[in-house]
Amino acid sequence: MIYFDNSATTKPYPEVLDTYRTAAEQFFANPSSIHKLGGRSEELLKKSREQAAQLLRVKPQEVIFTSGGTEGNNFAIKGTAFAFRHRGKHLMTTRVEHPASLRAFEQLEALGFDVTYLEVDRNGRISLDDVKKALREDTILVSVIHVNNELGTIQPVKEIGQLLKDRPKTLFHVDHVQGFTKVPLDFHEANIDLCTISGHKIHGPKGTGILYKREGIMLSPLLAGGGQEFGFRSGTENLPAIAAFVKAMRLSLERAQNGGIARLRNMTDRLRQALASHPLLSFNTPSGASAPHILNLTVKGIRSEVLVHALDRQGIYVSTKSACSSKTQEPSAVLLATGLSEEDASHAIRISLSFENTMDEVESFLDIFMQTIDKLETVME
Amino acid sequence: MDHIYLDHAATTPVDPAVVEAMLPVYREIFGNPSSIHYFGREARKLIEDAREVIAAEIGATPKEIIFTSGGTESDNAALIGAAHARQALGRHIITTKIEHHAVLHTCEHLEKEGFDVTYLDVDQKGRISLDAFKNALRPDTILVSIMYGNNEVGTLQPIKEIASLLKGTNALFHTDAVQAFGLEAINVRDIGVDLMSITAHKFNGPKGVGFLYIREGVLLETYQHGGEQERKRRAGTHNVPGIVGMAKAVKLVSENREEKKQMMYRLRQRMLDRLTEEGIDFAINGDLENGLAHILNLYFPGTRVEALLSALDLAGVAVSSGSACTAGSVEPSHVLTAMFGSDAPQAKSSLRISFGLYNTEEQVETAARIIAKTVSGWQKPKHSG
Repeated sequence: MIYFDNSATTKPYPEVLDTYRTAAEQFFANPSSIHKLGGRSEELLKKSREQAAQLLRVKPQEVIFTSGGTEGNNFAIKGTAFAFRHRGKHLMTTRVEHPASLRAFEQLEALGFDVTYLEVDRNGRISLDDVKKALREDTILVSVIHVNNELGTIQPVKEIGQLLKDRPKTLFHVDHVQGFTKVPLDFHEANIDLCTISGHKIHGPKGTGILYKREGIMLSPLLAGGGQEFGFRSGTENLPAIAAFVKAMRLSLERAQNGGIARLRNMTDRLRQALASHPLLSFNTPSGASAPHILNLTVKGIRSEVLVHALDRQGIYVSTKSACSSKTQEPSAVLLATGLSEEDASHAIRISLSFENTMDEVESFLDIFMQTIDKLETVME
Repeated sequence: MDHIYLDHAATTPVDPAVVEAMLPVYREIFGNPSSIHYFGREARKLIEDAREVIAAEIGATPKEIIFTSGGTESDNAALIGAAHARQALGRHIITTKIEHHAVLHTCEHLEKEGFDVTYLDVDQKGRISLDAFKNALRPDTILVSIMYGNNEVGTLQPIKEIASLLKGTNALFHTDAVQAFGLEAINVRDIGVDLMSITAHKFNGPKGVGFLYIREGVLLETYQHGGEQERKRRAGTHNVPGIVGMAKAVKLVSENREEKKQMMYRLRQRMLDRLTEEGIDFAINGDLENGLAHILNLYFPGTRVEALLSALDLAGVAVSSGSACTAGSVEPSHVLTAMFGSDAPQAKSSLRISFGLYNTEEQVETAARIIAKTVSGWQKPKHSG
């Protein structure tokens, strides 16, 4: 089994599951309960938050635990729009955001907000000049995905943050779901106000995430109720999963620092080098300024679904595009935004690695992949 | 000494069998259910199996269940989704003064948006009056949200009767059954609701997962946008292990339901008997006849709840003053205030004792003795005189 679909979701680390089980059994009480058992749960929650803050180099009160990336993006975007609508109704984002952002912006448009969608170049990258030109007096939010989930393209987040530095009324949100642990990002250096991360993309449990919310920003909450998470996100805390998620953060960041990122880069470099000369193949992921774990490529003449299923039968798991929209047959909107033809976009697959993958897997993958496309090519002819 | 946990209305210990059902999913079927390869398909099967189990349990069809991150999300999604979807038909909402904050605060939010909300009063047993409900109903009422069983005092509401009064109106009927689900067998067709919120951690399932029943044909405005999960009604990668764990907990809770309920009645009665035997002065807040089996809310005249709670906690008994979600600060319970008035002593001197799966009669005996001893510290001067 070779699992190269880590941008869709990852396998939790065994230590993460140990933490989950222990916390579920021993810290089951509601952290809001004021008795001793509740106090113990609250203590674990506090420690988890402190550790997460330390790992992200932010303050504990800036860490809001959520149910995942979708909630984080929805909360950041709509929470900003609803809280600051009196300041202005202009929002800025890009054409290549994850649907969790794009659909939220579409909803806001329906509510009367004015949204600028920045175009991207062939590499899937926006231009800083475009950002500058699109900024208005009434721009209350700029929201950009750091690492694109389909292409791996890295956006110039730091530069955008610098641009916004002297505009305190324009909040800057970064969707860091795909980049976290693989592409380092200093929230302060990039002048980020809001940043979304998700647990299940970094070997943590599903149903967990964090929205980093710079201290003092009063977002409008999406979930009203008991007032947990400093009043910004109600709902009984999913404590076992939170503790397990923070464990996954620590382990993933450790792996990243201990040569993990370089190993990912070596593996994608090896894939590129081995596949570059194949006449049917072209890379959609740019070679510069892209994440080390994602390689998107087009296989001429072979529809993505056909190839994914053919590989699937041989125990190799890759994807056609973002899992969240992979049920629909339309070509990827992200690839089309880069100027790829509909045909090339319908023939694209995404290979996405994790710290757990090895060069041996890459070599086996290459053998099977080459054979498979040769076979499919013959069939197609 | 070991703590005796009598705060199951706040949350319950997860059943070890539930964790056992979840771990293999984490380890082996960890795929994203939206992926089209093997791992995605297997994960998809698991969530669809879970959906069937859950739908069957409440008499719904699988299509009518959407998975959420818990009770708060279900309540928010139901109320905001329904209010926004129906606002062309009217802007009036009816709820009660004793709802969970996930409903109350959402209604307050909707008021700010211009909706008109009627908060029904309750009687001293915590029950709304059907007459008051009928009087509140207007042609522009588009949504009614009334909880199934109250989380602080356990009182059950006349859900079926309300549903029949709503026949032929424009109003959708939502019930927060978070606290009731489990020991109460609930059939959505039978009770006639359009929307129902449930969370798993109240019936020995995992935290961070719940569901919302949406009767077929009812359209809600989507509140969480993104991928196309849950038929575009709730975006976000599925919490597959959580969903599997919840379905397991649903199966477990429905086994021998009546026996478990009888056990809760016995524990509750034993607590009451023991406190009576010890000569403690107390009164029941709520309605034993018409209440949830696992919740007992007691008024102890002369006590102060903050001090009482910490004394009990030190003595190893975990109970609460009201909903855990309002805890941290011990504000007077909005439920008791609604029942007895804002200056009523009940709001300052009452405990919620809530029983669960792993409680034994011995534990309840011990807890009752400790409660009696602690309370008598306050009450003694009065009684010894």
